[in-house]
Amino acid sequence: MFQIRIHGRGGQGVVTAAEVLSMAAFAQGRTAQAFPSFGSERMGAPVVSFCRIDDHPIRTREPVMEPDALIIQDATLIHQVDLFAGLRREAYVIINTSRTLDQLGLGEFSGQLDPDRLLTCPATEFALEQLGRPLPNAALIAGFAALTGEISLDAIDTAIRQRFGGPVGERNVAAATAAYRFVADARAESAHVAAD
Amino acid sequence: MSTEPVRFYQVGSFAVGNRLLEDRDRTVQSEPRRSNSLDSGHRACQGCGEALGARYALDAAMRATGGRLVAVNATGCLEVFSTPYPESSWRIAWLHSLFGNAPAVATGVAAALRVLGKGDTRVIGQAGDGGAVDIGFGCLSGMFERNDDVLFICYDNEAYMNTGVQRSGATPPAARTATTEAVGRDPGNVFGQGKDLPRIAMAHGVPYVATATVADLHDLERKVERAMEFDGARYLHLLVPCPLGWGSAPSDTIRVARLAQETGLFPVYEAAFGEVTAVSPIRRRMPVEAYLSLQGRYAHLFGEHPRPDVIARIQAMADDNIERYGLLSGYDYGADRGGDEN
Amino acid sequence: MLRQIEGSRAVAETVACCRPQVICAYPISPQTHIIEALSAMVKAGDLTPCEFINVESEFAAMSASIGASAAGARAYTATASQGLLYMIEAVYNASGLGLPIVMTLANRAIGAPINIWNDHSDAMAVRDSGWIQLFAETNQEAADLHILAFRLAEQLSLPVMVCMDGFILTHAVEGIDVAEQGAVDAFLPSYEPRQVLDPDEPVSIGAMVGPEAFEEVRYLAHLRQLEALDLIPALAAEFESMFGRPSAGLLSSYRIEDAETVVVAMGSVLGTIKDAVDARRDEGDRVGVLAITAFRPFPRQAVRDALAGARSIVVVEKAFSIGFGGVLSTDVAMATHDHACSLRTVVAGLGGRPITRRSLEGMLDTAVRDELDTLTFLDLDTGIVEREQLRMAETRRSGPSAEHVLHGLQSGPRPVDRPVP
Repeated sequence: MFQIRIHGRGGQGVVTAAEVLSMAAFAQGRTAQAFPSFGSERMGAPVVSFCRIDDHPIRTREPVMEPDALIIQDATLIHQVDLFAGLRREAYVIINTSRTLDQLGLGEFSGQLDPDRLLTCPATEFALEQLGRPLPNAALIAGFAALTGEISLDAIDTAIRQRFGGPVGERNVAAATAAYRFVADARAESAHVAAD
Repeated sequence: MSTEPVRFYQVGSFAVGNRLLEDRDRTVQSEPRRSNSLDSGHRACQGCGEALGARYALDAAMRATGGRLVAVNATGCLEVFSTPYPESSWRIAWLHSLFGNAPAVATGVAAALRVLGKGDTRVIGQAGDGGAVDIGFGCLSGMFERNDDVLFICYDNEAYMNTGVQRSGATPPAARTATTEAVGRDPGNVFGQGKDLPRIAMAHGVPYVATATVADLHDLERKVERAMEFDGARYLHLLVPCPLGWGSAPSDTIRVARLAQETGLFPVYEAAFGEVTAVSPIRRRMPVEAYLSLQGRYAHLFGEHPRPDVIARIQAMADDNIERYGLLSGYDYGADRGGDEN
Repeated sequence: MLRQIEGSRAVAETVACCRPQVICAYPISPQTHIIEALSAMVKAGDLTPCEFINVESEFAAMSASIGASAAGARAYTATASQGLLYMIEAVYNASGLGLPIVMTLANRAIGAPINIWNDHSDAMAVRDSGWIQLFAETNQEAADLHILAFRLAEQLSLPVMVCMDGFILTHAVEGIDVAEQGAVDAFLPSYEPRQVLDPDEPVSIGAMVGPEAFEEVRYLAHLRQLEALDLIPALAAEFESMFGRPSAGLLSSYRIEDAETVVVAMGSVLGTIKDAVDARRDEGDRVGVLAITAFRPFPRQAVRDALAGARSIVVVEKAFSIGFGGVLSTDVAMATHDHACSLRTVVAGLGGRPITRRSLEGMLDTAVRDELDTLTFLDLDTGIVEREQLRMAETRRSGPSAEHVLHGLQSGPRPVDRPVP
């Protein structure tokens, strides 16, 4: 079972991100479960959502305590909320930001994780380019797909179109594709660096 | 000088059961084959105004709808005395649920009949003043707001009678009830601003609102039949004296109801979509004493320690109503005769 | 068809397939997605003939359902927590009148303190009302139980509520095989009322019944609920053969055959419990699970039989009778009173407190070693409790307890231990 935890703020589509991820997994014939953890319903409040993906029926209903992957939609949460609780060393982390990890104050922390599995991605920029709105969720889950290989971009696109439909769906697909390429390129580059 | 020929028989008089009336002018009650919706055998007190009012209203509604009628009843005197297990006095389809939900239950019945393609069957919701003015108020307002197709009738005897005569939102000022006793400096119910449910119904803009009393059968029946011509939410506020709670003689029920109208304390009128459309004028104006003195619940205003000041305030309320609704038809017969009653 | 959709959506679509004729609903978290979906279906003409009434309170919602059902229409509503309490007079009225209304109860805690998250206190508040109460473990079950509920309700002339955990199930997106209209039609015939308001055959419904007959009327209602003990398994079997997937019936079990310790529970927590039980089994503990679906009528005999081989029973429940102890536990104790085994109550998940597999495994470990207290509050923060008790003892005007507890808590989620990298 692969467990994902998504952190963000109300209004950023954190809950939708988990849902679309689960729909993408379903599109690939897998079993998936997505659910939110509600704080008060308020724009800007910290929100957490969860997604589990497996090839067997998923029975558990607890929150994701030990995520295999962490998606952080809003970097301002980093020093405000205990985002990294339960994180395992082998976990993947993707952070929505145009800044570096050092600039985010995570330089030291990043040393505790596998460098190949920790990534920043300017998802909001991709969203602004393609959607005209700072809704980074589609881009981020595509970045997650590229980072982990857990889901295909095709499945993500299918799920996005199912969830949004019409031109909004297409624009989200464009943002997702751009983010996917960005992450795939970044990984390829770091692989080259490692190989040298 | 023209003269009218003397007539030796009564034509066009509205005495109940007058055989010389045209059929269309005869009351439903005068018809032996009336539906008797509330049949005899119920356990109401002698002289109960509510039993009278319910019978009048429902029989008129049954005629107006050709017998296609369902009634929803709130908890209260009417419900209790009409259905002493294992008997029922009702000859019509009848449902009692709770005290505060008659309007909502009626809404549900109306919706079901519509969905089932039985829209020709009409719905009446009915409650006492407690079930309409107080505990049922929220549901009633919701029914008005949605304009649900229900005629709601409030039988107003101005207190919670079935539980022992406690004060309700409809209890008039100075009236004695078990929770507004005739003791202390201001005996009886307080002088508040009241809760004018007919006007509140009008404020919801519903198609038809009317007030009536059991003293004028023709008027009451006409209003029920008129209400049945409309679709949507309709409201009828019916004054029904309670001999037990009001401390009036059982034989005085109709007289007391008539006096309520003739003093101006209970304005009788019709309204549509928020505007008063017709008023029953006071043919012979009476001073409020004539009305109050017949009721034990106002006894403390007379007798050993009379309260002319309180009576004057009540008179002022009556005067306000007369002015507001234009209740005097022009010629005040009462002024001529010094106000003695019939 | 298997679809990845939200639990609430699946319930709404399934209810729509049951052809309700009057839906009266008032919104309350976490039921809103269900009634919003149904409202849209009616408005778009996809669910017809059906009247959707936007009532002004939950009291009106149940009341209008009563009127609709009495007039011969299939009636449905949904609520939770405070809304259920607001309509409680009408809830008792509906069952007393024998009206087959079906209601979804999106289980939520009851305030004060106000809390919008999941526990079973709302369902427990009406367990004596005469309604049949069915608890869903998964969203698949939640959707399917509604089909069963309408059939059950109308056959017995009793109202039925389907309980599903608020947020945990209502707002979870998972793979659900939503029933097709044809299949539902084959299982659920149109509503034939036992009593109906009909001007052609007028009856009086809702009479006052005095001491001379009230006991008998209540007893007859009790007998009718007991009929459900046979009818539910029969309908479950029919459902299975018709829809090709299981229906739990009164209860179901997991790895119970040779279990010494059996965990009894209801609702979504059963999923996490089964994972915890698997983990303990891997450690060699002989643990099993009894999942109760029908809470009312309580399947005493079936529970007794299922627990016959257990040495120790642990009831994990999301409800609590303040000043006493567990609610489900009391029923289970009654059912097994002549069986020599220990019974422990574990109250968990109150007000939406997450129930983790780790905590459950720890609790099971303690239970297996016979060291579990009679009553345990899982993951209780004794530090908070002690601090608050000290604070209250210091001064008479100590202020509202709940607010001070919150103040004492550091803001944000409870800290979770970080693993050593």
